[in-house]
Amino acid sequence: MKHEAAIMNLLFLATAIVAVGTSIAAITRHNVLHSILYLIVSFAAIAVVFYLLGAPFIAALEIITYAGAIMVLFLFAVMLLNLGGSAIEQERRWQPVLSWAGPAFAGLVLLAEFLFILMHDTTVNAANPVITPAQVGRALFLRYTVGVELVAMLLLSALLGASRLGRRPRTYILKQGIDHDSHSV
Amino acid sequence: MTPIPFEQILLLGTVLFVVGLAGVLARRNLILILLSIEIMLNAAGLIFIAGGSKFHEPDGQVMFLFILAVAAAEVTIGLALILAQNHASRTLDADAADQLRDR
Amino acid sequence: MIASFWLIVALPLSAFAVLILSGNALGERRSGRLGCGAVMLSAIVAAIASVRFLRTPPPNGYLTGTAWHWIASGPLRVDLTFRFDALSLVMVLVITVVAAFILLYSVRFMAGEKDYGRYFAFMNLFVASMLLLVLADDLLVLFLGWEGVGLCSYLLIGFWYRDESAVLAARKAFVMTRIGDTALLLGIILLATRLGSLRIEDILSMAGNAWHAGAALPAVVALLLLLGAIGKSAQLPLQTWLPDAMAGPTPVSALIHAATMVTAGVYLIARLHGLFELAPLVMRLVAALGAATLLLGGAAAFAERDIKRVLAYSTMSQIGYMFLALGAGAWTAAMFHFVTHAFFKALLFLAAGIVIHSVNGERDMLKMGGLWRKLPLTFAAFTAGACSLAALPVFTAGFYSKDFILYSVAASASGGIIPWFCGLTGAFITGLYSFRMLFLVFFGERKIAPAPEAGISMLLPIIVLAAGALTIGFLETPPALGGVSLFSNHMDGILGSPSLIAPLAHDRLALLFLAAFASLAGFFVAWQRYLRKRRLFERFVKAPAVMSVYGLCAMGFAFDAFYSAMIVRPFSVLVKLNKADFTLAYSTALARLTQTAHALLSRTQNGKVRFSVMGIALGAALLLAIGIFS
Repeated sequence: MKHEAAIMNLLFLATAIVAVGTSIAAITRHNVLHSILYLIVSFAAIAVVFYLLGAPFIAALEIITYAGAIMVLFLFAVMLLNLGGSAIEQERRWQPVLSWAGPAFAGLVLLAEFLFILMHDTTVNAANPVITPAQVGRALFLRYTVGVELVAMLLLSALLGASRLGRRPRTYILKQGIDHDSHSV
Repeated sequence: MTPIPFEQILLLGTVLFVVGLAGVLARRNLILILLSIEIMLNAAGLIFIAGGSKFHEPDGQVMFLFILAVAAAEVTIGLALILAQNHASRTLDADAADQLRDR
Repeated sequence: MIASFWLIVALPLSAFAVLILSGNALGERRSGRLGCGAVMLSAIVAAIASVRFLRTPPPNGYLTGTAWHWIASGPLRVDLTFRFDALSLVMVLVITVVAAFILLYSVRFMAGEKDYGRYFAFMNLFVASMLLLVLADDLLVLFLGWEGVGLCSYLLIGFWYRDESAVLAARKAFVMTRIGDTALLLGIILLATRLGSLRIEDILSMAGNAWHAGAALPAVVALLLLLGAIGKSAQLPLQTWLPDAMAGPTPVSALIHAATMVTAGVYLIARLHGLFELAPLVMRLVAALGAATLLLGGAAAFAERDIKRVLAYSTMSQIGYMFLALGAGAWTAAMFHFVTHAFFKALLFLAAGIVIHSVNGERDMLKMGGLWRKLPLTFAAFTAGACSLAALPVFTAGFYSKDFILYSVAASASGGIIPWFCGLTGAFITGLYSFRMLFLVFFGERKIAPAPEAGISMLLPIIVLAAGALTIGFLETPPALGGVSLFSNHMDGILGSPSLIAPLAHDRLALLFLAAFASLAGFFVAWQRYLRKRRLFERFVKAPAVMSVYGLCAMGFAFDAFYSAMIVRPFSVLVKLNKADFTLAYSTALARLTQTAHALLSRTQNGKVRFSVMGIALGAALLLAIGIFS
């Protein structure tokens, strides 16, 4: 048992390091594409953590939705923007080293506070039994039905909004030969 | 499976959240800001899962599902807005959108 | 009886309120009727009250009445009380009657003015304030009237506010009299703190008990009151504002700067004579200042070309006579001269107004001449006034009052030969410039064609005033000429008379002849110089020494230049240095602090989203910290 526990802990530690490391890498790259790719790896690591926490369903969902859909969406957007090499130069210009000072400070303060809370808190470690997808499904559709419906509506509105926002402004030519851009709001 | 200590999960979640926060604060590129927000949301979800695991309740996972849906919707709209702004002003600089500043 | 005193002040005051609030809505005719009528009514009420007072004099010689309680703070009680005694009777009658006639004259004189209503409003306010001043039983109420007349003087000198010289003159008058007013206020405060009461009868009785003659404190108080009187009455050294005040309309000069306001200082000293008697050194100073002013004013009047400025300097000089009398302890003589002076000076100003009007605004006497044919009535009235001013013997009021003063000054214990001699010389100079004025304006060759003479509303006042200028003197005549002493008997109870020491007291007749001789000599010299134009005088005046002295006189003895260099210019330099005004820094500190804080805080509103998020993050950190550590 002890052996198992040690392996588990080691596994968790390694996965956690990967997750945090790739996240930090993601936010510090000058090339946007690299950031996105790093983040995908981070999400994968977090999916592993979910699995270790006894939530296999969520682990799968993390990979499918977060890494698979949302990140891909980001990729699409970046491709559509058609940024060139100048963008990387621009990023470099925008991010002098000193610009990390403030955010690092804020982050470290929060972290320190949390550590402080943790150290003074005595909570009993509970077990990590697996919570099956069936249980999740039952809770979702019996207790949180309304939430599900609302989420559906939210997704619908997001769809509509995005489609409206993404519409290209119309260009047309008047008789005098002047073209106007109709500004779509 | 032996339980992973709750504090360590919380620590991981917090560290991820802080990393995401640092990204939001530090980067000027709009897409990267959105990305960092995703990191933060993900970290929050992680905490929820941890809580659900601790108390043997499926509710933690349910919450994560909702957060996931919200994150998806938000990314959709956010990216659409970014694309629209880029088409209008040809820049992805977050600091360029300062028309509301105090004159 | 008190109701009638209250009415005397209230009538012009309410006329002022109506006129100032209605602006020009009333129209010229109604404004004129209201403005003039209020003062006329006031004069009638005053006359009735005076007749009743004289018929049945009250037990102590005075009547008082309280309108309302004003201040009750600690030991100090100040009420709006009126006091009607012999002195205030004389003052009220003179003020209201002269003002009534001057306002009647103004109805036609100021016709066509854009701000007709405003003129009458301020004149009424002035009359009300002056009446308050003389009817006041309490020094603080007197000060209220004092400030009121100062304000009206400023408002009326600067009546034509679009004219820069008028505005500057008004400001000059106000600032110079302010110096005096401050001293007066200090004196009042001193009296209030030392004696505990500001009622005039209390002051006079308590002063006599608390202090003995020659002590330091009454001298200080008397000196402060004297400074106040000097400022208001345009005596040395605060006299430079009076000639410039002629920038205002002529009736204003007649009322304020001849008959009434400038005599407020004389009234003040006469009213508080008990206090001054306790300070013999200050009395000597009063006499000295009076003597110096009368000589200076006379000399400057002789050298002036502007007819109104001549009259201004003449007023300064005549008030110098009153101060001379006050300094010698001859309170009654000074008040008598005030009465006669009010009549003939107002007369002279009004007549001068008619003259100036008829020669299209020309005020330089050397450009006038030969007007007696076209302006006969004015000429007659002006002659009466000039003769009274010069104190020609027997038939002019001025003669009797001036003689009374000269005799009292020569014969009293605090007077003496030197003040008397100054007064005598002054009489000669007065005769000189009065007839110079008369001859230059009305005789000789005509240089400007005058317009026909004015209407009845302008001529009636000067005729009445001329009659007064000739006959009022008969109230008080020396023994040799009838021995009438109506005036001094009337005033004795209140004012008392100076002790007349032996040597000159018996030489009343000789002094009388000397006084008559001095004024006749002045007439004679002026006649020879300006009418006959003897060459003797031509060579005399061309001599360089004489020319430089004459030049000095023409400049008002360079007081203006002196003050400008010594006081005004350094002050302007200081003002320029202190442009940023460090004394304001304290009060603007809060405003500037707010502005700075705004500038700093608005930097956080830079429109950048990241800054807001940073704010949220730091705020969350702060709240967590509070949560943890509390």
